[in-house]
Amino acid sequence: MATKKFMYVNRKAPYGTVYALESLEVVLIGAAFEQDVSVAFMDDGVYQLVKGQKTDGIGMKNFSPTYAALGDYEVTKIYVDKDSMKERNLSLDDLQHLVWEDEDEDYAEKNSIKLVSRDELAKILDEQDVLLNF
Amino acid sequence: MKFSIQINEGPYQHQSSDTAYQFTKAALEAGHEIFRVFFYHDAVNVATRLAIPPQDDRNITKLWQELAEQHKLDLVVCIAAAQRRGLLDEAEAKRQGKDANNIATGFRISGLGQLIEAGIQADRLIVFGD
Amino acid sequence: MSMLHLVNKSPFEKNSLKVAISCALNKSAILMIEDGVYGAVSDAKHSDMVKTAMNKSDFYVLKEDTQARGIDESKIIDGIQLVDYAGFVELSTKYDKIQSWV
Repeated sequence: MATKKFMYVNRKAPYGTVYALESLEVVLIGAAFEQDVSVAFMDDGVYQLVKGQKTDGIGMKNFSPTYAALGDYEVTKIYVDKDSMKERNLSLDDLQHLVWEDEDEDYAEKNSIKLVSRDELAKILDEQDVLLNF
Repeated sequence: MKFSIQINEGPYQHQSSDTAYQFTKAALEAGHEIFRVFFYHDAVNVATRLAIPPQDDRNITKLWQELAEQHKLDLVVCIAAAQRRGLLDEAEAKRQGKDANNIATGFRISGLGQLIEAGIQADRLIVFGD
Repeated sequence: MSMLHLVNKSPFEKNSLKVAISCALNKSAILMIEDGVYGAVSDAKHSDMVKTAMNKSDFYVLKEDTQARGIDESKIIDGIQLVDYAGFVELSTKYDKIQSWV
């Protein structure tokens, strides 16, 4: 069976609801299926990637370190919506630095996150075969 | 055409499991195939056999059961989401040392891989959620 | 490639309709379902946004959801097509993928 282009579209903030966590669980499981996977973060979804999350005080599990492991799962295409970042006064520096190792280039470390405009994101969405929305 | 359906929201709380049901029914009536219905997040609660909605309300669990029986639907409940929310089948209840199980006939508990496979195998995957 | 955008949120509560419109390319369609059907009402806050977007995308609204909410057909923006669940299924086959703005 041919490989399909899967995209996970995340639009909700972490902790307030379970979507971010349970979306991440799907991404990790899905990585084992050797499909062409990418992940998009837009609207409040961009808050999932913000660094410095400390959840001791709310008594919930901090799952944000897991995003840094996505590269090891060969999830290397992470699209972040520029407009959503701007609306929230966020810059790339506010997000975790997510990388993957390119084995074709002697394991050179490469950035996974790509900031994209709304128009670019629209085109990327359009290129997908399967869209999983959280 | 072959469809897969993903439902993310709890029954009665949100319309998504109703909309998904109406969509699935209409798709079957139009001669399409439903590869799988995957219940995720709070939608796992659709699969409880212990819910007793009022007589004058629809019984969402029963609606899905009947549709599944008529059309041999594969109704899959995500195991990770189900365990968090206290939904267990007989085997899992035994394995976890619990004194009861509550999965309705017609539903089966399985892993998230079933959702990915549903996306791979179907021509269309539709997400019903909040 | 073509996409069907599903919007199930009231535009008065969430930005789903606006975001769907911003991501809708030519030849795409937007189908309003559940509370999303409030976005189809004419002469309301978001009507102009929808009318402008109708130059680019085809708009549909799920009839059963408008009826359930007491929205009369006469109140729906001209040019938005009413479909029933069978029509919803048909749209899902016509477009090659579905983005659900949940």
